[in-house]
Amino acid sequence: MSTVALPEYVHHYHDPAHADDRSFVRKYIFSTDHKIIGIQFLFMSLTFLLIGGLLAMLIRWQLGWPGRPLPGGAVLGETRMPGGIMLPEFYNSLMTMHGTIMIFFAVMPLLVGVFANYLIPLQVGAPDMAFPRLNMASFWLAVVSGILMFAGFFVEAGHAAAGWTSYAPLSVVPEYSGVYNGQVLWTVSLIILGFSSLAGAVNYITTIINMRAPGMTLLRLPLPTWALFITSILILLAIPVLTGALILLLFDQVLGTGFFIPEMGGEPLLWQHMFWYFGHPEVYILILPSFGFVSEIIANGARKPVFGYTAMVLALAAIAFLGWIVWGHHMFQSGMNPMLGVGFMATTMVIAVPTAIKVFNWIGTLWQGNLHFHSPMLYSLAFVSMFVIGGFSGVFLASTPVDIPLHDTYFVVAHIHYVLFGGSLFGIFAALTYWFPKMFGRTMNERINKIHFALTFVFFNLTFFPMHELGVNGMLRRVYDYTQYALFQDLVDLNRFISLSAFALFASQLIYAANYIWSLGRGARASANPWRANSLEWTVPSPPPHGNFDSMPVVYRGPYEYSSPESEEDYLPQDAPPAEAPRPEPAPTFA
Amino acid sequence: MDWGFPENVSTFGADIDAAYGAIFYATALMFVIVQGLLVYCIIRFRRREGRKAVPIHGNTRLEILWTVVPFFGVMFIAYTSASVWLDIKSPDRMPEDAMELSVTAQQFEWSVTYPGADGQLATADDYSTRNELHIPVDRAVRLTLHAQDVIHSFYLPELRVKQDAVPGMEIPVWLQATATGEYTLGCAELCGLGHYRMRGTVNVYSQQEFDTWAAEEAAIASGAPASLPPVAAR
Amino acid sequence: MTRFTRLPALLTLGVLAVAVAGCGGDGDTGGAPPADATEGAAAVEIENPGVITGTVMFTGTAPDLESIDMDSEPVCAEKHEGTPVQESVVTGTGTLGNVFVSVREGLSQEFPAPSTPVEIDQSGCVYEPRILGVQAGQNITIRNNDAVLHNINATPEANRGFNISQPQEGMTSDRSFSASEIMVPVQCDVHGWMTAFIGVTDHPYFAVTGPDGSFEIENLPPGDYVLEAWHEVYGAQTVNVTVPPSGTAEATFTYDAAMSASAVVPVGDPVDLHDHHISPVAVTPAG
Repeated sequence: MSTVALPEYVHHYHDPAHADDRSFVRKYIFSTDHKIIGIQFLFMSLTFLLIGGLLAMLIRWQLGWPGRPLPGGAVLGETRMPGGIMLPEFYNSLMTMHGTIMIFFAVMPLLVGVFANYLIPLQVGAPDMAFPRLNMASFWLAVVSGILMFAGFFVEAGHAAAGWTSYAPLSVVPEYSGVYNGQVLWTVSLIILGFSSLAGAVNYITTIINMRAPGMTLLRLPLPTWALFITSILILLAIPVLTGALILLLFDQVLGTGFFIPEMGGEPLLWQHMFWYFGHPEVYILILPSFGFVSEIIANGARKPVFGYTAMVLALAAIAFLGWIVWGHHMFQSGMNPMLGVGFMATTMVIAVPTAIKVFNWIGTLWQGNLHFHSPMLYSLAFVSMFVIGGFSGVFLASTPVDIPLHDTYFVVAHIHYVLFGGSLFGIFAALTYWFPKMFGRTMNERINKIHFALTFVFFNLTFFPMHELGVNGMLRRVYDYTQYALFQDLVDLNRFISLSAFALFASQLIYAANYIWSLGRGARASANPWRANSLEWTVPSPPPHGNFDSMPVVYRGPYEYSSPESEEDYLPQDAPPAEAPRPEPAPTFA
Repeated sequence: MDWGFPENVSTFGADIDAAYGAIFYATALMFVIVQGLLVYCIIRFRRREGRKAVPIHGNTRLEILWTVVPFFGVMFIAYTSASVWLDIKSPDRMPEDAMELSVTAQQFEWSVTYPGADGQLATADDYSTRNELHIPVDRAVRLTLHAQDVIHSFYLPELRVKQDAVPGMEIPVWLQATATGEYTLGCAELCGLGHYRMRGTVNVYSQQEFDTWAAEEAAIASGAPASLPPVAAR
Repeated sequence: MTRFTRLPALLTLGVLAVAVAGCGGDGDTGGAPPADATEGAAAVEIENPGVITGTVMFTGTAPDLESIDMDSEPVCAEKHEGTPVQESVVTGTGTLGNVFVSVREGLSQEFPAPSTPVEIDQSGCVYEPRILGVQAGQNITIRNNDAVLHNINATPEANRGFNISQPQEGMTSDRSFSASEIMVPVQCDVHGWMTAFIGVTDHPYFAVTGPDGSFEIENLPPGDYVLEAWHEVYGAQTVNVTVPPSGTAEATFTYDAAMSASAVVPVGDPVDLHDHHISPVAVTPAG
């Protein structure tokens, strides 16, 4: 037992003060409880993650066996796969929607919708979000948006097919794309999702600023909360620009305006600037929360404080700031003034600096630790290793001359997947596994998770590492049949290898999905603090009751006091009073 | 399949390849260091019963070290990249005595217009080729890119050229081939359902062969029956 | 622009999105609902039907046809003997082919669309036929006989357009148009020279002339009609025709090679090729 006494209320689930007499609908459907909303986001985004993965499998079929009929593929219909042969317009829809769904409906809600909702009030010591009803609206807007996006698959002439970046004029003029209402649905859906994200971001920021428990200074916040805080600020800066651009695009699509149509006085590059002004911060929106989760879990696994906590926070802020002024590096070959390219190259290169700070601090956190290789730790270590590769390939693309041969090739595809899958998604696996006991009061099967980790790590690299080679060979992305180019005809074998690896990678994810679902009902009961962690969410039962804390927690220290000499145990919760406890400052109340 | 870029037949291609090589070795070194440290930590500091981790909170000197060193590293890469880049892309630095061609991209065809005998574009003796770029070796060529409908990207992998063609814009590109032969012309920006078929060839001739070819084309163009006005389809 | 047609769709889509998702798979073929199996023009009882026969005459010298550079598509080039040309003006001796002739005014009945489709092939990277008539709601079977990608980009004004692809040899697609429109341009963007025109009528009374300029429209109810001829280069003109019971009416159109330059159609109103809403038809004395 710890010498530090845990507060007595930790063991009370049914506190009379929080008697829960809400109806089923108010409790689980139209709930304002941040934890329920987080779990709602969880199941929505995991469903989309599965759909996005299936789309990728179809893409890999076409790339591995170009023009070959897919057995059973004919069920998708004459306008998509007649006789099982994929049509180019369907391929374009597939890759457009793979990108759109994975970014907007899988990874972004998994990182922000799920964990910002679930973790922030628990980690700052608040009973709920600042604006619970706005929070509920945020989720249901996302549902409406998701339904509209999914409906696009079933409209005449197919779903949006102009890429997830939807460059105008291709995304505007149906005669050019062959896509009619699919493209409009895409636009409308993302406008709605923008409002959902904004509602969420406002909520997270307000909660973190105003609702911290007494003693929870900004520099005592756990790093996931810090990361989500900075991410929310980025969302506030970036999403309105996207929403504005989308509204202009919608006007062009349905009202006949010409903001992006040169014949009507418009400007195609305007769309690109507005899109990437959002789009690059978006990349960091998709990685910063994972930075936070991984920092938390590595410290927990190493049983050591996070190395350079303040530097980590400053690096997060620096990445966010820099990520906001580098959008032009997506446009080096767009016809933008080449001098601008030089400026954007410089800002882009500088991002390597705070990124290096984070990587070395993670290694510093491991140094002289006592590493417990639980499955969240394994995912986190893989995150560091894979993200570093994604970072290095980014340096190639950031260099303007080297970008000339690599731009719009599979090198970019490899890069984004090392960052988004190797990075964000490994971070998500780590977080899903780490906080599973807290969310559901049960434990995932650790052995199956380790099998999943090993398979995913191997097949991820077998799938995406060879794509660098494809890109260096010049193979273009977004190309339905690369064998039409004599130059790429000898890349079929490597593509087939990648496709087989991708199928295995997808199959490996089903193992995790099965374990996840099975553990929801059958996993071993979890204690309040199974990882022996320090932050406040582990001081309440698993799962936490409505209202989270029975009384306001008081925080005495930072979240990473592992192996502290103050404690005989190798952890020291944030709310454990010091041996000679000074009186906490007078506590503000949650009015 | 070669383990690297396609064969380079461009004057500035060597600079691009050299920049790529430099970044490759720099990142490979960093890769070995970082992943090596990671693996070392994983093995060296793996869990042992009864041992407690050392609760280090950080080290300011190390933080400064791994802030400053990467900063100068990447700034060096950016500095050296910038001049290579501007030599390729900046209109101010393009060769002045270059042969002028005009390229028009349209779903899903490349059309290259040559100046004809008078050496001037936009005159009556111009002629054009579809999905074929014909150029002489060892001579600077300056192409002006146009797009009719959507954004395309003019992509010559062996010549290390990639430049979007944007409707409503005229974008200059220059290149100089260093070897004769047939090379790839492609579209690198998604331009619709026929994007993957928007490809053709670059034929690099000796100056003599090029002159012969150009004379033939010019003769066909001037002797050819007057073409009808194009049929409006849009 | 066709973009406007998406506005009402957008308004309803918001409401119907869920239902659309539920219905699935609908709208796989564009345009109107498929025609019933049993009808067609023959199904409509015509008492004492008459016939219009006629000729489209051509005066002046036909222009030389633009040659097509198929060098970069050997699969198609080898299907042609010699240099393929753009068959925009097809003439016989003093006659003009590839003219779409149709009844524009005078019909009062409704004619259900036939169940048999009309066919258009892509062979040797040209459309076969180049000028095609179809009834609104009738299926058009589009076939690719070439081992290369063709896309079929139809850009009508009164109908919903489509832009679909056939990447492999032997692929077919069925499409239809729901409203009458003369003419719907069809274009392959992979091979910019590939052009066809589809005349969509809401009745079965249309014909396309051969090089000899002749046409015949059968099974017409007796009465007065406005007949229109349309040519892709020389524009449209109309004549009035009276079809006697069980008899034959003659109609003649005359085009001149100079019309392409003057862009004025002497008989009837000048026609802007870009304006596909050619109406109302001016009634002028038959030539």
